[in-house]
Amino acid sequence: MIIKTISFAVVALLVTSVGLAQDKYFTKEGKITFYSKTPVEEFDAVNSAGLSIIDTKTGAIEMSVLIKAFEFKKDLMQQHFNENYMESDKFPKAVFKGTISNIAEINFTKPGTYKAGIDGKLTMHGVTRDITVDAIFIVSIAGVIAKSEFIALLDDYNIKVPGVVKNQISQQIKVEIDNTFKPYVK
Amino acid sequence: MQTRLILFFLIFYIKSVSAQQPDLLSLVEDEKQPKEFVKNSYKSTRVIMSHSLENLAGGVLDFRILHRFGMINEGAYQFFGLDQATIRLGLDYAVTDRLTVGIGRSSYKKEVDGFAKYKLLWQATGPKSSPVSVIYVGGTTVNGLKFEDEEVENYFTSRLGYYHQLIIGRKFSESLTLQIAPTFLHLNIVPETLNRHDIYGAQLGGRIKLTKRLALTADYVFVANGKDGDVEYKHPLSIGFDIETGGHVFQLHFTNATGMNERAFITETQGDWGKGDIQFGFNISRVFTIKDKRKK
Repeated sequence: MIIKTISFAVVALLVTSVGLAQDKYFTKEGKITFYSKTPVEEFDAVNSAGLSIIDTKTGAIEMSVLIKAFEFKKDLMQQHFNENYMESDKFPKAVFKGTISNIAEINFTKPGTYKAGIDGKLTMHGVTRDITVDAIFIVSIAGVIAKSEFIALLDDYNIKVPGVVKNQISQQIKVEIDNTFKPYVK
Repeated sequence: MQTRLILFFLIFYIKSVSAQQPDLLSLVEDEKQPKEFVKNSYKSTRVIMSHSLENLAGGVLDFRILHRFGMINEGAYQFFGLDQATIRLGLDYAVTDRLTVGIGRSSYKKEVDGFAKYKLLWQATGPKSSPVSVIYVGGTTVNGLKFEDEEVENYFTSRLGYYHQLIIGRKFSESLTLQIAPTFLHLNIVPETLNRHDIYGAQLGGRIKLTKRLALTADYVFVANGKDGDVEYKHPLSIGFDIETGGHVFQLHFTNATGMNERAFITETQGDWGKGDIQFGFNISRVFTIKDKRKK
């Protein structure tokens, strides 16, 4: 009898754990674009290999990108970006770990558009900063699209721009995120 | 017994579930490290005079202006060599990330030279990657001076020289890069019958990066069969600094070689560092992106 009860418990746990797995959504093709705009020069860079995962139970959301995977129009810019500014050999990744503050208001099983606020810590170039961003979650049958946009200041992350190119690189970098999440199955 | 076993599995299971909670990202991260090519071994595609490990990225055009002044030991009358200058103007274009072709013209002997440079092996990190880069460079030089005796029959082929190099090198760290390049050079015609047509040597070069935008470089060619009749070739040695300023790379240096293509600096270096036959020189490299690399 005891054995039966326990076996039942085991089966129940296994079943719920499958349910747990579906509470997570992920992508390995997260798209991050950033823009720098000054009167002298405009440029942008794209990274389409961001990793991101959401735990809808807890509201936890995390994202990580390889700095070297950012692509520029000009190779020289990419080279300087990695070598001089981001020092990507020393700091290969940018990582965000945060929480969706209004997770209860988002129904990941009901198609619709939901506004969200995300609080968390962004680490890049060896510096960790608290950031708060607004995001939109678009839930559809195909998946969950999450979009966000925020401004990062170079000084906040100890990224130094020498005087000669100060007028070519903006201090305020606009960052756009566009991720399409799929259900996470182990 | 059975109960215990099931209990054991139950505890183990609960533990494993709770253990994976802290780091969400580790669920989606690949365990395998991706293969990644090593870049930025040098600031430029030349160490100073010789080809470096570095290729231009595909679709990039490099306009290179090379200057060598006169010998410093000519003294104040020649303004320590700055009164005279020889130049080489060059254009290099990268067809792909691995293949670059280039052409240049030097004022010395009015010589035109062309080369192709191909990256056979590319140093990388990650699984199944090469610890070194191996690059082949092959080139031709064409002497542009008028024939000494225009009365006799002259052949175009007698103006030609050829060189082949296999550059093997490694970026050991962010600050240190070293390379060695066995070199073979052939001259179709030589001034004296005793002079050699085939010359062997090895180039040694490297850089030490001092700051993000400044590096110390050295470039040396050991010419193995250097003694040739009455002429003794000196081994060309250049020491300099690479300075990067946004779009330009300046290579300021001191050298005993006047020539600015492989034929000229390998077979015609007469200057002796010991005697102060050193000249100041600089290379300027300006790159232009011809093809947007994201639309390849």
